[in-house]
Amino acid sequence: MNQWNNFSKGFFKENAVFTLLLGMCPTLGVTSSAINGLGMGLATTFVLVMSNLVVALIKDFIPDKVRIPSFIVVIATFVTIVEMTMQAYVPALFDALGLFIPLIVVNCLVLGRAEAFASKNALGSSIVDGIGMGLGFAMALTMLGAIRELLGSGKMFGAVIFPEDYGMLVFVLAPGAFIALGYLIAFINRVKKEA
Amino acid sequence: MAKTESTLKNMVLTLLVITAIAGTSLGFMHKLTKEPIAAAKLAKQQTAISEVVPGYTNNPGEEMYEATSKEGFQLKIFPAKKDGELIGVAIETMTNKGFSGEVKIMVGLKPDGTIINYKVLEHKETPGLGTKMDLWFKTDKKNQSILAKHPKNNNLTVSKDGGEVDAITAATISSRAFLDAVRVAYETYQDNPANQPVASEAATTEEGGAQ
Repeated sequence: MNQWNNFSKGFFKENAVFTLLLGMCPTLGVTSSAINGLGMGLATTFVLVMSNLVVALIKDFIPDKVRIPSFIVVIATFVTIVEMTMQAYVPALFDALGLFIPLIVVNCLVLGRAEAFASKNALGSSIVDGIGMGLGFAMALTMLGAIRELLGSGKMFGAVIFPEDYGMLVFVLAPGAFIALGYLIAFINRVKKEA
Repeated sequence: MAKTESTLKNMVLTLLVITAIAGTSLGFMHKLTKEPIAAAKLAKQQTAISEVVPGYTNNPGEEMYEATSKEGFQLKIFPAKKDGELIGVAIETMTNKGFSGEVKIMVGLKPDGTIINYKVLEHKETPGLGTKMDLWFKTDKKNQSILAKHPKNNNLTVSKDGGEVDAITAATISSRAFLDAVRVAYETYQDNPANQPVASEAATTEEGGAQ
């Protein structure tokens, strides 16, 4: 039950995007389509789980004063692994996300969880926390991407819903990201209030 | 377990160990993914070539040669031959006049310079506006398409600049950049003294044979 709490906390109650407003750079930057959002979300999830796992394992060996540099090295290692793997096996997605993959290193969500959770909790809880937070992040990015893709270009995961000419271009551009995110957060808050 | 104290020795040691492990695992990973990455890049290049100059039987990647444009860009030229006869060239061309930096495209020209097809390789244009270039200039609608046109006989600039190509709606700069890249490809191909790859290629082989 406790682990379920750890998971649902990250996935919904303390959702990184909707509640904590962490990791806004990739959230606003890559979500011009649902598939980009999903890809970015899953890449971040992987890094989050792996870095939480390693940080939970080595936390006792790391002197307090050098913990942040140590965590960053751990995170950067996994991000580079993701980057190389993507480039090798899913080059199309790598092209789409490109610049944003290395930027996972400085995603405050990843370092935030390493510092605030994994460095204080046991291995099992840290992994569950990583999965919950990561999937919550992925869900938020996919939702935002789907909304922007639908309103902006009339597509959903690349499938045409209505002709592109009727799309509102602004939603594919940066201002649309802010508008869509704002309304999405308002909606989620409303749902939470009732629940 | 007691937490490690923050003494200088401990801190230096910890960081040393962590970075060493990170470095080793990355080196290992690099070795593992090096070949698939190269293969993926090659496959991408191959698809692009076969899309812009279809129907060749040789291996254009092997016969690739480089040429420098007037602007100083290094272009890669892939001769496509069918049964030894040149049917076209795929030129990896670029421009730095994009809305946000460089635009790289692969354009296929017939030996006389007529455009066969193109494929956008790399750019950082605005999503939803400039990114439309990957299909826009092949769509046969009004004056959008540049396919089957000749950069010399047709004025391939946007209609705003007096040309005969309709620019992408709300992305004139990206359109200009795209057409500029095409122009660079054509001019470099025409000006290059080694632009008769069949002849020069044959000559080198003969020389090689005589030695």
